[in-house]
Amino acid sequence: MHQHSLSPRQYVILGLVAICAPLGDSCLSRGMTAMPPISVAHPGALIAAVFTPWIALGIALLIGFFASYLTALSWADLTFVLPATAFGYVIIALLAKFWLHESISLERWAGILLITLGVGFVAQGPSRTEHPAPPVNEPERKDPDVKEPPAKRPDVQEPPAKDPGVKEPGIREPEAKEMEA
Amino acid sequence: MTPAVWIAAAMIATVVLASTTGEVFTAAAMKSIGDLDVIRERAGLGGAIRAVLTCPLFFVGVFFLAIAFFSLLFALNHLNLSLAGPATASLTLVTNAIAGKFFLKENVDRRRWAAAVLVCVGVYLLAH
Repeated sequence: MHQHSLSPRQYVILGLVAICAPLGDSCLSRGMTAMPPISVAHPGALIAAVFTPWIALGIALLIGFFASYLTALSWADLTFVLPATAFGYVIIALLAKFWLHESISLERWAGILLITLGVGFVAQGPSRTEHPAPPVNEPERKDPDVKEPPAKRPDVQEPPAKDPGVKEPGIREPEAKEMEA
Repeated sequence: MTPAVWIAAAMIATVVLASTTGEVFTAAAMKSIGDLDVIRERAGLGGAIRAVLTCPLFFVGVFFLAIAFFSLLFALNHLNLSLAGPATASLTLVTNAIAGKFFLKENVDRRRWAAAVLVCVGVYLLAH
């Protein structure tokens, strides 16, 4: 199992996560704004809202999103999947421009640029934390798990011994960073 | 600040907290299960679904995600979409980076912090 480079199928799954989430959200908000205000006293109205068409479509899209999201989380970190799939907002905005001919304000172009930059940042790195292997292209840092006992304040409430070896048992191969996506 | 602002902030904070908690539990569940694509090749789609549905952590995650979902519906019904949507989506990115580092022990290096912050501001600008 190769952790760092993603297979084409894994890119498809990340793409589905990216597209389904904003589309589903737009359907939900479209459905909810069309409804009369719901008060805290009648939460049952929220359940009834589930069966209106836009909200039902939104939920169907979000179920598709959730299945692909779970799959992605099974082979990648949460802090990789979330920023990477925010690219969906960019895709939706560009679709709205070129397909629906909506105009994109300067503010939105700035948003598109920032998201693209952010996605570029995570995509360069590993998709999954390999606990023994430090990131290769970072300037040499101290291993965060190494304790520096003398300098500590006496009142810190840390447990005396950390156990760096418990999580992710099977993965040990120190892999070099590769694959500039 | 006026009470309306506090109420809006409380609604957004509820969504953000619930969804961060839900996502951390879900991610922990999926990490403990292992690569779903591999499981599906070995045991079929049914096997993959069974692997997910027999993981208790998954249901803890879904419980909090459901709370987040209904509080988002509630917030969307009361607040402007151009506030509630981007605010919850973008704040969740940053809270998840923090939670991912401390609870999931993910390696949130400077690259990922930068990504979380850039995407957070970007989502806000784009969806606003």
